[in-house]
Amino acid sequence: MKSMDLVILGGGPAGLAAAIAARKAGIQDLIILERDRELGGILNQCIHSGFGLHTFKEELTGPEYAARFADEALALGIPYKLNTMVLDLSADRVVTAVNRTDGLFQLQAKAVVLAMGCRERPRGALNIPGTRPAGIYTAGTAQRLVNMEGFLPGRRVVILGSGDIGLIMARRMTLEGAKVLCVAELMPYSGGLKRNIVQCLDDFGIPLKLSHTVVDIEGKERVTGVTIARVENGKPVPGTEEHFDCDTLLLSCGLLPENELSRSAGIALSPVTGGPLVDESLQTSLPGVFAAGNVLHVHDLVDYVSEEAAAAGRHAAACILGGTAQGEDEALPVTARHGVRYTVPATVHPARLDGSLTLRLRVDNVYRNKTLAVYAGQDCLWRRKRPVLAPGEMETIVIKGAALDKLPGCSGLTVTLEEV
Amino acid sequence: MEKRELTCIGCPLGCPLVVTMENGAVVSVTGNTCPRGDAYARKEVTAPSRVVTTTVPVRGGVLAAVSVKTAGEIPKDKIFDCVRALKTVTVDAPVSLGQVILADAAGTSVDVIATKAVAAR
Amino acid sequence: MMDVIIIGGGVSGCAAARELSRYKGNILVIDKEEDVCCGTTKANSAIVHAGFDAPAGSRMAALNVTGSRMMPDLAKELDFAYRQCGSLVVCLSEEDRPALEKLLENGRANGVEGLRIIGREELRALEPNIADEAVAALWAPTGGIVCPFGLTYAFAENAAKNGVQFQFDTEVQRIERMDGGWRLWTNRGPLEARCVVNAAGVHADELHNQVSADTMTIVPRRGDYFLLDHAAGEHVHHTIFQLPGKYGKGVLVTPTVHGNLLIGPTATDIDNKEDTATTAAELDEVRAKAGLAVKDLPLRQTITSFAGLRAHELRHEFFIEEAAPGFVDCAGIESPGLSASPAIGVEVARLVQNILHLEENPDFDPRRQGILDPKALPFAERAALIQENPAYGQIICRCETVTEGEIVDAIHRVPGARSLDGVKRRTRAGMGRCQAGFCSPRVLEILARELGVPQEEITKCGGQSRLIVGTNKDSL
Repeated sequence: MKSMDLVILGGGPAGLAAAIAARKAGIQDLIILERDRELGGILNQCIHSGFGLHTFKEELTGPEYAARFADEALALGIPYKLNTMVLDLSADRVVTAVNRTDGLFQLQAKAVVLAMGCRERPRGALNIPGTRPAGIYTAGTAQRLVNMEGFLPGRRVVILGSGDIGLIMARRMTLEGAKVLCVAELMPYSGGLKRNIVQCLDDFGIPLKLSHTVVDIEGKERVTGVTIARVENGKPVPGTEEHFDCDTLLLSCGLLPENELSRSAGIALSPVTGGPLVDESLQTSLPGVFAAGNVLHVHDLVDYVSEEAAAAGRHAAACILGGTAQGEDEALPVTARHGVRYTVPATVHPARLDGSLTLRLRVDNVYRNKTLAVYAGQDCLWRRKRPVLAPGEMETIVIKGAALDKLPGCSGLTVTLEEV
Repeated sequence: MEKRELTCIGCPLGCPLVVTMENGAVVSVTGNTCPRGDAYARKEVTAPSRVVTTTVPVRGGVLAAVSVKTAGEIPKDKIFDCVRALKTVTVDAPVSLGQVILADAAGTSVDVIATKAVAAR
Repeated sequence: MMDVIIIGGGVSGCAAARELSRYKGNILVIDKEEDVCCGTTKANSAIVHAGFDAPAGSRMAALNVTGSRMMPDLAKELDFAYRQCGSLVVCLSEEDRPALEKLLENGRANGVEGLRIIGREELRALEPNIADEAVAALWAPTGGIVCPFGLTYAFAENAAKNGVQFQFDTEVQRIERMDGGWRLWTNRGPLEARCVVNAAGVHADELHNQVSADTMTIVPRRGDYFLLDHAAGEHVHHTIFQLPGKYGKGVLVTPTVHGNLLIGPTATDIDNKEDTATTAAELDEVRAKAGLAVKDLPLRQTITSFAGLRAHELRHEFFIEEAAPGFVDCAGIESPGLSASPAIGVEVARLVQNILHLEENPDFDPRRQGILDPKALPFAERAALIQENPAYGQIICRCETVTEGEIVDAIHRVPGARSLDGVKRRTRAGMGRCQAGFCSPRVLEILARELGVPQEEITKCGGQSRLIVGTNKDSL
């Protein structure tokens, strides 16, 4: 079996950024394993613009953003394998993978970065009753067909879920000649960016129906119609049904981190995010295994995926080069409270911090005029006013300097919302 | 006096904006909670513009289609003209990133360029 | 003129075809859908009943027990997924105990081996997640689970190998007597046969009533199910039935041969024989009932819900007999039809052979090799396989780890996969937790390439179920 310093599972934005950072930190012996036919991951099908504002100060399309990282990885001579599926990750970091040319092979890694991304919640997980004909797609599947193959999966479309992919696909389908009849959203607010609601729906007169869901799907072979209804307290309200004649239903109802490999390796996962529980270095419960990007928790901006993954790459490099402390030093739990759904990381080793601590989090509802605060035991380390917080927008907190001195010996970190 | 209602896209707050106009000129913007809302509203009611992204079929490439975009924003009311102008366009592989696919799309004086490289088969 | 036309390519029709392929004759299976395994056979509980439930002395009981006994050897001969995991009928209240005793007696009268009633402790040892209320259970060690698709394709492919032909998208509209046999008027013209087997599932009564004055009525009885991810597959280890009683009839909770958890079904008699839509009310019912016998069901792990129709004849019995000269019914095949199917096939073939007296087929080969699953091979063998055929190194379906090699094999089998669903039933590509989100564009590509047609023509399940309706901008 071949031994390697670093094996990166996934060649999307997270895997690329991790690889680049690790190489720059001095790791020569590394490889990216990518299951698709090109590097860049899901960005290749996200042909709309709006990526990279944070990183490059310009608005790029998905493929352009991916190309910046893929080109850099190539320029650094980072090896990668395409069309390569990782079948197993063992607790002692043996990666088993398969492709056409190398066949079945195993790599013994000193460190691993998990960068497998996420998948869409399918219809079955949504419990939508009705028939099961052709014409029901997750928004991402439709996006691949339209944006990469040039195929129209339907002509009269209803979209369930107002996450960004659903909104983006409303515009894409419209521009390619389909009629998008409406976007229904179960929640009383949209999970998508305001900008997408305006530019993908309002620009084309597509109605957004909040607190609505699909209650029936009709059609034996191909979808012939769907019925939506208003929802109150999680239940459809009888008498509010509205029928749409359509041939397509797109589902944009949430993304789930893809952690089957992590689970079978015995890595502890968060029941909230579905991603691994990590510490400040993005290291999972399995020593030497790091995670970043959508496999860790679903992001809304790719810039933060790249940033987080670069950190994972640096920490993995440090681990390989012997710089990451392992062992029994103090680990503080980070607790999410009062409207904060989760935090990444979930634990912090005060002794291992290098002068700054980054916390990413999401809230569980739309909040206006609150204070976001971080406590170490009873001591407030950080607080900021926020005019609005929404579940669709990830928050990032960076704590630096003297505030971190309060961590050693405290009972734990708490991230919470407070009244102003 | 004409009033137009908009939703600000500057941040998740999504302020409901009301723009008062007279003879095509903005008289006032209300509802915004920061200066960005004011600027957005003025631009949006006088000269709304968008970047358009779509795909064009590729002949002889490793991929069937290449993603493209307008190199800059074009007037919002030209979006469909721009897409229609691309309906009959096919490009031969190899395609390079940034290659002009259609010059001066729909008379906007903005080019449509490839956003991805596609190698020849 | 054909010797035999079997109407209906469900598990019964295919089992009959396979048994009849032991004889020399022109045998044709027709189905109104684009593939075999498209009706009742594709949506059921996927279990092999031990045979204690059907009324003692009934046809159903006899064929169930025989079919169940045939299953282990048949699974080896025809290479399909089957596991004798055993089943438990759980009694949730002391007042229902007499009914459990009665079920035991009925099972013993049917000749089911190994039946016994187990108490609270033994039940909990077998199934730690059983409901706290459970007081006892009927243990049936011969109960099993089977892949209904795998079983049906095994019968069909072995029949085809031994000379049986298949014709799809062919719906019988009218049957008439003719000299020396029957003429079937179909949407694709007339077909003639000396002998007809009516294995038309929920539509079998419509055919039967055209040839016999002794009418039958088949009511489609719909059942909704939930299928849960592999992550939930170990929640129970045996098929768990609820004893009908104080809490109603209940639903079953069972592992599947592919490691999922299956929960259902409801039982709602409906009018429309094609209505396999799930309803909110029935899905709610499954959720409510499943929790009675098994606790902490991880319903959040649901990957799909579906509904199937049972061909329920009002008299609740299998009708396997010569209804008119040269017209053999194989009707009313509701549960335990899947379990009984091997025996049903034998019985139908016996009846047909009584009529036709066909010569034995000396070349009959009883063996069939299933689609090779690289996952099942040891590391070195799997590596060697990929070296020999790199398509087995290309994973197409991530969730179920299905390779291009398996999909290509499925397409080129006889009868082969022509649609996304055809590939899915044969290989499990698209059957996993993402429900074909990632792999369907790839499977479309492979189907189009292997069948030599444009991708636009590939369907989900035949007919008008196209997945792609045009190209970008074509209507602008």
